Parts: sequence; C-alpha cells; structure tokens
Amino acid sequence: MWKEKRSMNSNLIDKITAWEPRAVWTEGGDGMFTVPADGFHDLAGRLLSEGFDFLRSLTGMDWGEAGFGVVYHLEATATGENVVLRTLTEEREHPVLPSVCDLWKAAELNEREVFDYFGVRFLNHPDMRRLFLRDDWVGYPLRKDYDPAQNPLRMSNEVSKDSSPTYELQSDGSYIRKRNVLFEEDEYVINIGPQHPATHGVLRFRVSLEGEIIKKLDPHCGYIHRGIEKMCEELTYPQTLALTDRLDYLGATQNRHALCMCIEKGLGVEVSERVQYIRTIMDELQRIDSHLLFFACLCMDMGALTAFFYGFRDREKVLDILEQTTGGRLIQTYNTIGGVQADIHPDFVRKTKEFIAYMRPKLREYHEVFTGNVIAQERLKGTGVLTREDAISFGATGGTGRAAGWACDVRKRHPYAVYGKVDFEEVLFTEGDCFARYMVRMKEIEQSMNIIEQLIDNIPEGEYQLKMKPVIRIPEGSYYAAVEGSRGEFGVFLESRGDKSPYRMKFRSTGLPLVACLETIARGTKIADLIAIGGTLDYVVPDIDR
Amino acid sequence: MSYGDFNDNEYIERMIAELRDGGTNVLVGCLDELIEWGRSNSLWPLTFATSCCGIEFMAVGAARYDFARFGFEVARASPRQADFIMVAGTITHKMAPVLKRLYDQMADPKYVIAVGGCAVSGGPFKRSYHVVDGVDKVLPVDVYIPGCPPRPEAMLYGLMQLQRKVKVQRFFGGVNCQIGEEEYEELLRRDLTAEKNDLNVEGEEKHE
Repeated sequence: MWKEKRSMNSNLIDKITAWEPRAVWTEGGDGMFTVPADGFHDLAGRLLSEGFDFLRSLTGMDWGEAGFGVVYHLEATATGENVVLRTLTEEREHPVLPSVCDLWKAAELNEREVFDYFGVRFLNHPDMRRLFLRDDWVGYPLRKDYDPAQNPLRMSNEVSKDSSPTYELQSDGSYIRKRNVLFEEDEYVINIGPQHPATHGVLRFRVSLEGEIIKKLDPHCGYIHRGIEKMCEELTYPQTLALTDRLDYLGATQNRHALCMCIEKGLGVEVSERVQYIRTIMDELQRIDSHLLFFACLCMDMGALTAFFYGFRDREKVLDILEQTTGGRLIQTYNTIGGVQADIHPDFVRKTKEFIAYMRPKLREYHEVFTGNVIAQERLKGTGVLTREDAISFGATGGTGRAAGWACDVRKRHPYAVYGKVDFEEVLFTEGDCFARYMVRMKEIEQSMNIIEQLIDNIPEGEYQLKMKPVIRIPEGSYYAAVEGSRGEFGVFLESRGDKSPYRMKFRSTGLPLVACLETIARGTKIADLIAIGGTLDYVVPDIDR
Repeated sequence: MSYGDFNDNEYIERMIAELRDGGTNVLVGCLDELIEWGRSNSLWPLTFATSCCGIEFMAVGAARYDFARFGFEVARASPRQADFIMVAGTITHKMAPVLKRLYDQMADPKYVIAVGGCAVSGGPFKRSYHVVDGVDKVLPVDVYIPGCPPRPEAMLYGLMQLQRKVKVQRFFGGVNCQIGEEEYEELLRRDLTAEKNDLNVEGEEKHE
C-alpha cells in the first residue's frame, strides 16, 4: 500500500518542481517538499487551484538549529492525491511565516495552535491569539528549550479580551502589528461554558447576539489541554500508546489503532490477518458505542430524557463485549504495536452476534421514539447548514462532512485493516443540516453492524501479537497514518530521528475542525439552536484540546 | 451496604469520635440524626465533567447503575443548587480558577469528590506542563475515587462513602457554623485581595 503512494507522487513531484524550482524533495518516511517561506504562499495557492482543497493536517515543528516550521498535509478530494509540504524560518527570536488561512479555512485554528505551541506568528492571519493556553502564559511549551518552571499554577481569573492582534505584511517584506476587533463596545456578548451541560465538556463560547440571533461566535479552547503531544516526546513508543485512548475516549480503540498503524508503518511491520480482523471489528464496535452515546446525549440536550436512557441501556451491551475481551469499559488500551493486547474472549463471537440481533429492532424503536417526533424534526431540519465547500475547506470530516455530501470516509479513501475487503455503504446526505448529521450517524450504526457481520464468522487463525523488542527505534523520517475515528479522520503525524522516542508527535484532532466551522454554521441561527448544532457536531472536548 | 462491608471503618470511627467529642444534647442530637439522614439520602451532584470520567459518571446516572437508588439523581447544572461536586476528569491550569469559582458559588455545606487518577493526583498526565497534580491543590477533597476511569461500581462506593460522612456530621453547631462571622469576613477579604494581586493585567504586553 505504501509503495503505491510513492509512485503516484513521482508525477506530482515533477509538477511541483516546475511551479517552484526552489522546492526540494526529501525522502525519509513519507517524503516531503521543503519550500522557502517567501515562495510558499504562491505555491500553496497554485496547489489549491489544482484541486488540493483539503488541508488534512497542519503541524508546527521545532527543528532546533534549522529553525521553526510547519508541515502541511494536503489532499485533492477529487483525485485522492496526497502531498506533504513544509516551510521553515531560521529566525528563533521572532519567527514569522506566511498564513494560508485565506486558502484553507482549516488553517485558521491550526495556525493559532502553532503560535500557541511554538510562538510562530503567521502574517495576514486575522486572529493571532493563543488557542489553548492562558493569555498570560510565559513561553511556548512545545519548543525544545521550554522551561516549565516559568509557569506555576495561576489561580487568578482570566480576563477575555475583545480584540486580537494581527500581523500584516507590507509590500517591502516587513510587517506591522494591528488590532483586530472581535466584539464592539456596544455588542451584547454572552458567555456559554466552560461549565455548561450542553457543551459536552469544557468548551467555552462567547456569543454576540442581536435579539436571539447569533451574530458572531468566538470559541475558547484549552480548558482540558493536557499537553499530550509534548509528553509523547519524552516517552518511548510503547509508552505513548497509553495517552491516545484518553484523547477521544469515545474512539479509544480507533485512536490507538491510528498510532499503532503509524508506528508499524515506520517500522515496516505487517500485522497478521487475524489482528487486522480483530482491529476492524473492535473499531466498529467502538463506533456503535460512540454513536449510541451521540444519540443519547443529543436527545438529552434537546429535552428527550427517555431517549437518553435508551441509548445508555444499549451502549452498556457494547461495553460488556469490549470489557470481556479487553478488560476496559470506556478505555480499552487494547491495540499494541504489532497486534493486540490479548486474544478475543471465547464468548466474543457469540455475544457480538447476539448484540447485533438485539440492536436492529432497537434502532427502529429509536426512530419511532425520537426521529419521527415532530419537536425533534422541527428543531433539527434546516438548522445549522454547512455546505460541502465549507466542510472541505474546514476539513470537517466524519459525520459532519458526510452530512454535507462530502465523501470523506478514510475507510473508503485510504482503506486500512480489512476495510478494503468488506462491502459497506458510505452514508451520504446533501442537506448539511442538523437532521442530516443526526441521520448519518444513525445509519452508520447499521453500516457498522453490516461490517461486523461480514467479519465475525471469518476471523482467521493466527498470532494475535507479533513479538516486538521492548525498545523500538523508528528509522529517520516522517510518517502519517489516519483512521476513520468515531467523528472523523483521526491522524497521527510522527517525525522520528531514529531515537527510542518520537522527535515530534502530532495528533490530527477530529474535533478541532468541527469547532472551527461552528462559527460559520451558527451565524444567523437562534441561540437555542446552538445546542442542537453542538449536539449534532458531536465533538469530544479532550480531543479538541489534546 | 452493611457497616462490615466497608473496609475503612477506622477512619470514620475516628471522625465520629472527633465530632462527638464533648457530647451531644439529646434533643439536638436526635434532630441532627434526622436531618443528616435526610441530607445524606438526597445529595445533589453538580453536572461537572472535563473528560473521560464524565462519561462513566453519566453511565452511573443511566439505567444500569442508576444512582437514583441512593438519592443522587437530581444532577444540577447550576452550582448554586448542588450539594457536592464530582471532579470527573483532568484539571488543567486554565480550568483550575474556573473550578475554584464554581466551588465558591456552591452553598454550604458542600463536598468534593475527586474522581479518577487525574483528579486524585494528575494521573497519566502528571508530568504535563498544563495539568494540576490533583484537585486537592485547589479544593478540599472529601472522597477520592481512584481508577482510570473508575468503574461505575467504584463511583457508587465512593458516593456511599460520602453519604456516611454526611450522616455523622452535626448540622446544629456543626457544618453550618464552622466559622464565625468575623472570621468569614476576614477570609473573604483575603480572597479578594489575593485575586487583585495575581491578576496579570500587564501580562498582555509582557511577551509581545
């Protein structure tokens, strides 16, 4: 699979070197182009017009002596072509790079994240505030020379500012600092969160209202920013596995699957057929678990408390199956490098089949109780529309993208495990409203059950785990692997210098693009609809903040 | 659960001895028992969760584990109506002042339960630059429930421990009047001035 990708790239390599002769192709892992910062924006614009409309991942880097930089993973949604670019600046005191948020909207929050982590300022970015950390945070934590003693626990309350700095590029190449007003003096701004039952965790919004219509929405992240990416740099590869489960805890197995895949790709290890089957089934069980929780929570947010109990009742059945094999209810810590932690329980096959037989009629019950309900229909249909173009530009994958008509399922785009062999339908809607987002997930439960049914009786015999050395060293280079998480593409970007721990580990959050597109969706809707929109976007906050 | 089933009875015995030190008036003592019986069986939690443990907390509230059996079912979204706060999940540097504010908004008598490794000690994220090593650095904790995340049964056990603690407290002259009015005002004043000092108003320009 990996070889195929490289041959596809050779054609593209020629094209890119023709557009920007200074771009240098380097092998090593997936391989990437190094583009000088002053020519980067033009090349990026060129790539966008050539169809590379999906910015999969944007990663800040500290290359030490070589300076700070950013790695961009781009994909053309029409052709499925992928390209990896990087640009860097040698300046360590006041690093500055061109912003690409005018090309891909996904860059907006991601560039703020890079600023927060590394202190790289992006020129022409409208809003250069920190994304996760407090405004009074000293230093930039993901820099290699960061000293944690600078930041003791501050118990003072944070003051939210109504304006943000922005750095504008002048014609002579210098830049000036300007002030960008977020909320005017006389605007009516209300605060939602971080402690609010409908934000699904500790997300916070500041919303400007005109009557009850939302005029502007400013999301504040970071209330559960745990610094996982920095922690990974000090851990050995097997140790890093423990942290991914706790990112998006409703996609614990999938997250860990992505990390294991990325490390296995770096090592050049092929796992056995049996492992592939088990991983696929576990991922799908996890997806059912997550979508049932989505159903339960959305219903609860909208006042249908009975449906909440239904969803949780059936979710417990999935958890029982997972627990029997993995020992964990919510967090399974099941995948390992080269396999899975333990073989499946003798009752696993029988119980899974029983669950599917049980679940099918229950889904009909859900539709009778909630989907057909006139209140639910009125509140969900036509509210919070996200267009296909915006979904791609923001990189809002998962159910949100598919509800807008974007076929963004990683299981179809880049088949991994045994997804290439099973027959399932990618659920697509075109409306892009709350109801479509809700229906995508309900239909995906059925598809997940179809996938499991095709596999459950045919799990091949074999090893469930490869013997790996306790200390793993990955050959120098950078690697990216992605899976379809419960709520979108979950990717792992890994840069190795041949050590026993990663030089940089970045997790492509499934939730951050969903928060980024929230402003676009919610503007012009009523404040009460924000709850339905947030519910159907189905973000998990620790996954946004990492 | 019967008394013998709990395995930390020495702690509660010691607490009872401390509380009962000096004796109790028969009338007030009987009234106390009645009030504490009622209070311990209608403890209302604040719906507060930052991460994974919150999902298990929801599971405890749902049909299979059903904490309504013990009187916890009225989860309140407003801290002003809640009796105790389940700190379910990691507390980060950015969240800590918010959590403190939530706690301050709750009415006395109030209790704190630290749920899961992160709230107990920082858990797997102990060495992170942005995680508070245990919520007891910020709030006084009554019950610790270890686990990552704790099983729902463990959460129920922890909740019942809190009930036991509430049951032996004294309402009259006990939890409600732990400090005098003057002392309270002094504490309040100290709190306010501390806040003013740390407010990093000039922080904005410092690192630009």
